[in-house]
Amino acid sequence: MIKMFARYVNLMVITVFILVLLSFMLPYYFPGELLTNISGIVPASEVQAQALEKAFKLDKNGVQQFLFYLNNLISGNWGISSASQLKLYDEIAIALPATIELVFYSLVIAIFVGIPLGFIFGIKHHNPADFSVVTFSIVGYSFPIFWLALLFIILFCLQLNWLPISGRINLLFEVEHHTGFIFIDILKSNFENQSAALIDAFKHALLPTLSVTIVTTALFIRFTRRSTMYVMEKGYIVAARSRGFTLRQIFFKHGIKNALLPILPTMALQISTLITNVMIIETIFSWPGIGHWLIQAIYQQDYPAIRMGMLIVALCVMILTITIEFISRALDPTKDTAERASV
Amino acid sequence: MPRFNLYQEEYHPSPLENVWIEFRKSHLAVVGLAILCIFFAVAILAPFIAPYDPDLQNTNKLIIPPSWAPNGTVSHLLGTDTLGRDVLSRLLYGARTTFVSSLLVVVLSVVIGVGLGGLAGMLKGVRSSIVNHLFDSIMSIPTLLIAIVVVAITGAGLQNIMFAITLALIPQFIHQTRNFVQEELKKEYVLLDRLDGASSKRIFFTSLLPGMNELIVVQATIALSVAILDISALGFLNLGAQNPTIELGQILSQSLEAAYVAPWLIALPGIFIFLMVLAVNIVGEGLRSALRKRLTY
Repeated sequence: MIKMFARYVNLMVITVFILVLLSFMLPYYFPGELLTNISGIVPASEVQAQALEKAFKLDKNGVQQFLFYLNNLISGNWGISSASQLKLYDEIAIALPATIELVFYSLVIAIFVGIPLGFIFGIKHHNPADFSVVTFSIVGYSFPIFWLALLFIILFCLQLNWLPISGRINLLFEVEHHTGFIFIDILKSNFENQSAALIDAFKHALLPTLSVTIVTTALFIRFTRRSTMYVMEKGYIVAARSRGFTLRQIFFKHGIKNALLPILPTMALQISTLITNVMIIETIFSWPGIGHWLIQAIYQQDYPAIRMGMLIVALCVMILTITIEFISRALDPTKDTAERASV
Repeated sequence: MPRFNLYQEEYHPSPLENVWIEFRKSHLAVVGLAILCIFFAVAILAPFIAPYDPDLQNTNKLIIPPSWAPNGTVSHLLGTDTLGRDVLSRLLYGARTTFVSSLLVVVLSVVIGVGLGGLAGMLKGVRSSIVNHLFDSIMSIPTLLIAIVVVAITGAGLQNIMFAITLALIPQFIHQTRNFVQEELKKEYVLLDRLDGASSKRIFFTSLLPGMNELIVVQATIALSVAILDISALGFLNLGAQNPTIELGQILSQSLEAAYVAPWLIALPGIFIFLMVLAVNIVGEGLRSALRKRLTY
């Protein structure tokens, strides 16, 4: 157990190091001036350029530059955006919670809808209800997510006029920034129309969440259903049934655990797809998250922002994935190394 | 020694034929295969079946609705876009680009992924563990992020996007191959090869690779659907195919300005992408269950 924990910590440290190293090397490959790519400032004069070079230790060798970069990263001194000249740390601190919010909503729906549905129809498969769920699932993960979002916009926003097109909340509500999570912020700040603001925020969140979660839920249904079907055919389940246990007893005692274990790593891998989808959806709905921010950064060729945004998102995803993988390995008593769900 | 034979002719279908027999039993899968074949035909024949030049702008005929709408004409089956270009022709050419570039991406990542995966599987101990876990972690970087970095370095364009998606797809093939190889290396037929003095290379190519084909094909269909979705999504975000190239996602993003006047301009390219992905997924699903049923013989 401790040995395995050490292995995962080791893996985490190595990958984080590689990511940081990659992000350190990126500005050297970006087009344009190295100095601007790193500092985010276009030097006005030769003197300023030299001063900047000195400040960013570009006159020193690579190792010292890297250590300087590492030091800055840890102390939260992430440089400034070349487009807005604002501190990247602050911008990311505002954008990241919005993304996490969206990811959280869609994951919660996918887990609480997708997994139970997968269980139910994994046990009672090949009936009309099962076919319709399987159809929903295969259609669901075939949807190009940006098209789905556009269809929702055309239908609910342009034609029916029920829901707002973009943003997180109506600009008339002045919500102070505390945590970055809109509902918590609304509850924390005290103004008179709090309930109206909550409803408004909910309306704004509805379509983006729905578009992301349809794809994720469809995938979760598929994984869970297949895994449950596979487990329920196993010999020990048949043995338990022949001893007279009810299906309910067997399923809750043996089925759930054995069905969930192999798909946990697969679901962890889906986080990366989920993040990609969330980033696209953010762009379409102008949801002020990190995906929207990164795509804007690339349109404006804001290289310092791309570098930092990429590092932070990759780190978040990586740490999350490795943690889930560790948990699923730690829970798995069979612990045949590198055994994985064959989905 | 003459064997007792109940039947007049003795014929055992080959494994491939068995797969086809099982695959055929699912009508849905056959329909999916048919749609896929149509897209394949479109990819090859687009210049011959497209009724107009996809770039031909007819300023007298702007935003004509599809032919089934009251204002539509039969001369433009799916209508025209904001610049008066024939939508059907554009979609055919767009489907061609999207489909072929996705196929290329998948083929490339299969070749590289299986090669590296085989190498990783044949390695032992710490080296193999490092290779495996590192690729696992790289696999968890979102495709869009890789694409953004690649676009930032090399600029937007279809080739660059294809490169990025290949990078994102490779790890899963490495992983699959590696797991398969390590699983099979424990078996006795490999041991037999080893005792016969076969080298690792020979074992991989003559003993392991033939057994892995089907696994790879199933994985490749999944990868194909992912590739189509990613290429069109990046085209939609203006990071992928640039203007002279016609690509489905890019057509979609160009129709956005007319979303209020002409919703069908958004619906039609999306339906093309959706059908393509759906067909690939259905065929993949059919193949997978056919393979599984065959294995139970």
